Amino acid sequence: MSRWVLIAPILVVGALIAVFAVGLRLDPSRVPSPLIDQPAPAFELPSLRAPGELLSERQFEGQVSIVNVWASWCVPCRLEHPLWMDWAETSDVPLYGLNYKDAPGDALAWLARHGDPYQAIASDRAGDVGIDWGVYGVPETFVIDATGRIRYKHIGPLDPTSMEETFRPIVQRLLQEPTA
Amino acid sequence: MKLRAVLAGVAFAFYGLAFAAPENLSPEQTERYHSLLEELRCLVCQNQNIAESNASLAQDLKRQVADMLVAGRSDDEIKSYLQARYGDFVLYRPPFKPTTWLLWLTPFVVLIATLLIAVWMLRKRRPEPTSPDSVDREALQRLLDKE
Repeated sequence: MSRWVLIAPILVVGALIAVFAVGLRLDPSRVPSPLIDQPAPAFELPSLRAPGELLSERQFEGQVSIVNVWASWCVPCRLEHPLWMDWAETSDVPLYGLNYKDAPGDALAWLARHGDPYQAIASDRAGDVGIDWGVYGVPETFVIDATGRIRYKHIGPLDPTSMEETFRPIVQRLLQEPTA
Repeated sequence: MKLRAVLAGVAFAFYGLAFAAPENLSPEQTERYHSLLEELRCLVCQNQNIAESNASLAQDLKRQVADMLVAGRSDDEIKSYLQARYGDFVLYRPPFKPTTWLLWLTPFVVLIATLLIAVWMLRKRRPEPTSPDSVDREALQRLLDKE
């Protein structure tokens, strides 16, 4: 009995330390997306550069592609922007933009100032397509495989570390996959 | 003093605005609108529900909920629409399934464990009942004689 009285608090504190050691490292703002491994949600949106043209999810078929959700009002988007400029220069994997809840004029001015790494940009002024894609914090970046399924989602700005250690390896792995 | 009253009035007006339902909803739909919004978590400010949040995404989701109510969708349909996009996290009462077992069951496990430990400790603490009848008087006498 007396031995247990001594040991029990140590066990309880130890268990709490273990729980907090794991729990405090998790980022509650990163909510796992239920869309992983699901086909990219359908959409039809005007192109930002050529408003007469319509863009849709069919754009992504047949190749691994990246969809970056951004806006000119989004400050962290500027942080990761150099990484996308670099991506456009060095990678064959196409990068698409989803311009989220933004005025086209502002978006184009932002691109003129910071550079335009996108193959094509869809303009989601109302944010409805953003909701279909489960977007809640810009920037968000989706990796879509050659069959048109979302395979990975990065929430928040990428930094050089997360780009090299997580994002790029995932894209490389998807490139190795046989296209079914 | 006057300024304070004005500020209170302004705050109250905004409060009303934040909770007002769109006008094209019927009274029954308005009631469902409010109860749905209370049950949905805002993903931007995670400790607020969508009803309380003024985040731009929360405004958009309110509009979508209202549109779906007008379109005659059921509460379950609206919840599963959002769940399909934002996951169980969007529901303040997530469904009971393997990934949420820990969430739902931990409080009960802790409660039961605490009760068991309490019972066990209280039992240990109580002294063993001694009944004078069981004392072997002869043995006692023998012990005393030895002294």
